[in-house]
Amino acid sequence: MDFLTLIQVLDSTLRLATPLLLACLAGLYSERAGIFDIGLEGKMLVAAMFAGAVAAVSGNVWMGLLAGIAASMSLSALHGIASITFRGNQLISGVAINFLAAGMTVLVAQSWFGQGGRTPSLMGGGRFDGIELPFAIGPKDAALSDLSVTKLIEQAGPIQQVYSELISGHTILVYVALLCVPATWWLLFRTRFGLRLRAVGEAPEAVDTAGVSVVGLRFAAVAICGVLCGVAGAYLATGLQAGFVKDMTAGRGFIALAALIFAKWRPWYALSATLLFGLLQAIAVRFQNIEIGGFVIPVQFTESLPYILTVVILAGFVGKAIPPRAGGEPYVKEN
Amino acid sequence: MEKMPRWADVVLIPLISLLLAAFISALVIIAIGEDPIAAVKLMINGALGSTYGWGYTLYYATNFIFTGLAVAVAFHARMFNIGGEGQAMLGGLGVAIACLYIPWPHWTVALLAAIVMSGLLGAAWAAIPAYLQAKRGSHIVITTIMFNFIAAGLLNYVLVNVMRPAGSMDPASAKFPEPTHLPTLHDMLTPLGISFSKAAPANVSLFVALIACVLVWLLIWRMKLGYEIRAQGHSESAAKYAGINPTRIIIISMLISGGLAGAMAINNVMGEAERLVMNATEGAGFIGIAVALMGRNHPFGVVLAAVLFGFLYQGGAELALWTDIPRELIVVIQALVILFTGALDNMVRMPLERIFLALRKERN
Repeated sequence: MDFLTLIQVLDSTLRLATPLLLACLAGLYSERAGIFDIGLEGKMLVAAMFAGAVAAVSGNVWMGLLAGIAASMSLSALHGIASITFRGNQLISGVAINFLAAGMTVLVAQSWFGQGGRTPSLMGGGRFDGIELPFAIGPKDAALSDLSVTKLIEQAGPIQQVYSELISGHTILVYVALLCVPATWWLLFRTRFGLRLRAVGEAPEAVDTAGVSVVGLRFAAVAICGVLCGVAGAYLATGLQAGFVKDMTAGRGFIALAALIFAKWRPWYALSATLLFGLLQAIAVRFQNIEIGGFVIPVQFTESLPYILTVVILAGFVGKAIPPRAGGEPYVKEN
Repeated sequence: MEKMPRWADVVLIPLISLLLAAFISALVIIAIGEDPIAAVKLMINGALGSTYGWGYTLYYATNFIFTGLAVAVAFHARMFNIGGEGQAMLGGLGVAIACLYIPWPHWTVALLAAIVMSGLLGAAWAAIPAYLQAKRGSHIVITTIMFNFIAAGLLNYVLVNVMRPAGSMDPASAKFPEPTHLPTLHDMLTPLGISFSKAAPANVSLFVALIACVLVWLLIWRMKLGYEIRAQGHSESAAKYAGINPTRIIIISMLISGGLAGAMAINNVMGEAERLVMNATEGAGFIGIAVALMGRNHPFGVVLAAVLFGFLYQGGAELALWTDIPRELIVVIQALVILFTGALDNMVRMPLERIFLALRKERN
């Protein structure tokens, strides 16, 4: 494998890790506040559908992004009402949300566009374009030299290759997702809101005694989760691909959930976990079966590795993953 | 004192939840520009209007009885087995191994072997999450979700690299040999002089599923083990004081649950497809959740809910065939049933409890 191939794999790692990272951080807010969320998948899916649909109709990708966030937040609200207001089972609510999204997206897309449950392919302003950083090789250079971008990067030196292929040329949402990591760390560990949010996931009775609303904090966390899932879904339909197709999340919400456990509910670890899982996806896409010294690693194994690793981590053989103490428990105020 | 009479808890609440789910589904149908009453008529006609329709309805119901029982048994020990889908996939693998590699003389022996193999592999797939929950405290919901994905990867690998016949392109096993063919309802009812559609896939597995219901009822309400499972489900600490070993109960109840989910494969793999294909389970493992919630974890309720979902599945297929309503409508209805009977249970329950308390006060 030559150097450029490696860089290209890392480049697609970054693209594939972005929705995982956003969804993982979304789950982090929710679960740190004591609300389990296995509905990340469903929220991403509705966001992808509405982002794809609105971007296709309006031709404006930003409108699509907003629509995606709104759709995802409405499911977040449902999850909040079921698990916070009515103290229902958070896991069952998550399961219901996933199915609701799986069904509704196809139903709505079919009813609006009649293309078998997909949205029309996005062109021009309907998609997020790659951002060309200064001095990077991009479409402009290609237009000047009548060689393709790929050819130009092939001819460039290694540093320029890393810069142009790996660092430059991503859509804005990739950079936003990366910035969300320090932002989340700062919000959770350096602000009063973050302290309270973490406290409400560990000891809600203490937060209540201090006179801060448990219900309010948990709804805030669930709302942030909805926004981030919305961005993740919108990225799938308008950044990674050009339009929504049925079941396009393809288990990413669950991989994000796995990454969250892998990361032990911490923002920086979440970045490394999602990059690792993104790398596995990128390898599976690019190489299929890998042969190492006469031994073939099947592609199915590479694809299953995130789930297997998560089970190993959960089993506590490689450092124990301890969830927030009050996670999954509805809070009942003392009388 | 109970806040409500028992019949309200067992019948009224599921009924109201179901009506709410139906009402919202009707709104969804109106919103996509179709007529809900015509849709319901078409569904009833397609699913219950002919022996062909009934044959499909009962075929789906058989799947859902197995997975519904699986979820219900785990629920009794207060565990949420979301892994029915993966366990059913492994059950399919068990059926394929039993049918493909051993020459059976007659379908009865083949069926017994298939039940054992599918149950064993299904239980094995539940065993690791159960052990991790019992011994290491890893949350069973997360591990069973992960095991669903691992099962899909494993099945994909086996079908592509091991079981696919030479020269075939699609990832599926060879067709099972003729002696493993299970009698369909048509085969069984014709000698009795009852004509039943030949094309419908409902088969003898339906009766296996009904026997499984009786066995589960005996287990949960008539055996010591069942008592221990329920005790554990009500209060783990109380069960511990009574000398019940929680590790044992968690593992045993999950093994039973996984075995039941795995045994579903005798219906869809052995009875219908007669070969192992990639997406054989078609989400039945997840429908088990809705079925168990609706059926209040009781085998009788599970049968009723399974038939209801069988009706929805077959009716939904008819809708997709004759109207512009996609099959995914059923997924929406399923989601709404899970939402109202599961997550939003208190929304229905709290006002009802208030009404019953008020009525009782008036009477006193």
